[in-house]
Amino acid sequence: MSAKELAVNAGGRAMVIRRGGSLEGRIASSEITPREAFFNRRSFVAGAAALGVGALALRQVPGLIHPDAVHAQQKLDVVASKYTVPDAQTPFGKATTYNNYYEFGTDKSDPAKNAHTLRTRPWTVQVSGLVKKPQTIDIDTMMKYRPIESRVYRHRCVEAWSMVIPWDGYPLAEFISAMNPLPSAKFVQFLSDDKSSDMPDKPSGFDWPYSEGLRLDEAMNPLCLLTFGCYGEQLPNQNGAPVRVVSPWKYGFKNAKSIVKIVFTDKQPRTLWNDLAANEYGFYSNVNPTVDHPRWSQAHERRIDSSAFPKTIPTLPFNGYADQVAGMYAAMDLKKNF
Amino acid sequence: MPTRWIPWVKVLVHGACLIPLLRLVEQFRSGELGLMADPVNYITHQTGYWTLFLLLTSLAVTPVRRLHPKLGNLIRFRRLIGLYAFFYATLHLATYVFLFSGYDVPTAWAGLRAGRGGVVVKQWKAVWPTILDDLKKRRFIQVGIFAWTLLLVLAATSPTFMLRWMGGKAWRRVHTLVYAAACAGCIHYWWLVKKGVRAPLPFTLALAALLLARVAWSVRKRWRGRVQVRA
Repeated sequence: MSAKELAVNAGGRAMVIRRGGSLEGRIASSEITPREAFFNRRSFVAGAAALGVGALALRQVPGLIHPDAVHAQQKLDVVASKYTVPDAQTPFGKATTYNNYYEFGTDKSDPAKNAHTLRTRPWTVQVSGLVKKPQTIDIDTMMKYRPIESRVYRHRCVEAWSMVIPWDGYPLAEFISAMNPLPSAKFVQFLSDDKSSDMPDKPSGFDWPYSEGLRLDEAMNPLCLLTFGCYGEQLPNQNGAPVRVVSPWKYGFKNAKSIVKIVFTDKQPRTLWNDLAANEYGFYSNVNPTVDHPRWSQAHERRIDSSAFPKTIPTLPFNGYADQVAGMYAAMDLKKNF
Repeated sequence: MPTRWIPWVKVLVHGACLIPLLRLVEQFRSGELGLMADPVNYITHQTGYWTLFLLLTSLAVTPVRRLHPKLGNLIRFRRLIGLYAFFYATLHLATYVFLFSGYDVPTAWAGLRAGRGGVVVKQWKAVWPTILDDLKKRRFIQVGIFAWTLLLVLAATSPTFMLRWMGGKAWRRVHTLVYAAACAGCIHYWWLVKKGVRAPLPFTLALAALLLARVAWSVRKRWRGRVQVRA
């Protein structure tokens, strides 16, 4: 299915969102293709082919090509967004070497070392459940559906550290609208890749694949970003390539990485960490300085920036995004629904 | 090991025990630590890791020297290694108090240099409620502090004059607490990691093996004693 068909399927709903959303008055960058970008795309195709051959060669002759060469990053065409915080950004080197991605190892330095086994092309995302028409979408079609915005978000880990990361993507709401969920759909579940060829050393004791979920209104919130890149480049594998979700008012683990399935449901979906320790990781997991993790306080966070020793700063309700999201939880006891 | 080697080997043991600290200092000095995303977490983990490592090493001294009469001299290094375990445990605790809790060391340091010692106290007052809260609520911190307190008692009673003053029997009884400290250390590690993480397993297995070796030894001794009596 092409990007065009996807747009047609979206019908009027996506148009309404576009008019009312953050992208008003801008010409879709897909309509104006700069010359160099066109040639870049060509070279990308050639490059991809070369990489494909390279990857095969690597399989046959280990050590012929360094894995980094095969997983060279691709620059993204991005437009600026008003959803950008002024905080100092975390350096790329730190944001890409300090990751929780347990499929590649439980130490935060493991994913950067091990995630090179993840093959992000070809890649499809299967959309099913309570939608008008279940379908399987190619990652490149998905990426081109809307212009990629660069948004600088605060990222708060449940482990009481935080980063400030420029993510590249478009609102998840636009994609969801295009999928035409049925009125009975109340939740959306994200399932991550768990193929043994991509993740040969997944630790045991976890109910793979990684599963996360959002209430549909949360997923439709304009802050919720369907993310393909960071720092203006395609996502490094350890950061959840080729596609992930970023909901900045929630703890980091709510943001599923390397998504292969999106399922619309009428019941709250299972989520991996909630299954493992429900008292530590709630379904909502909104950033909340007044609800402690059983093993540490959530009132403060170590802000990982360019300084040698991270400063400890107070954690803000909803990670500082209360204005945009608090309304969704107005009737809820957030100490109970943590 | 010939007795005359002991002073030289002691120098070696000192050097080996200081390697983890020197490595941290070098990483700080070269800026490598600053390039790490979360150096506080790294320092906490390193000091905790080497505490457990040295504690278990000191516990391994006795079973190892029982393997062969020539290894008897190893006892001369047990106190040294044990004290280094306490040293790293103290660094670990200091990391928690001064880096992990949110104590603003740069500000306090700048205040001290400017002659305003009050900043140190002010910073302490700012983080004390957090620390107290942790002590009250979090069992992995409670068991960690418990382990450190045991090590403090062991370190305080480690000088030879204390041994003489206490008498060998009482001293030995007190120093079996080292097993409690090691168990508490392992429990501290298990309670702190996320479910599914098995990083504390190697230490736990080593500790179990050391405890078993001790039990096996005393069983063997009793059994031999009985045989001798019969004969």
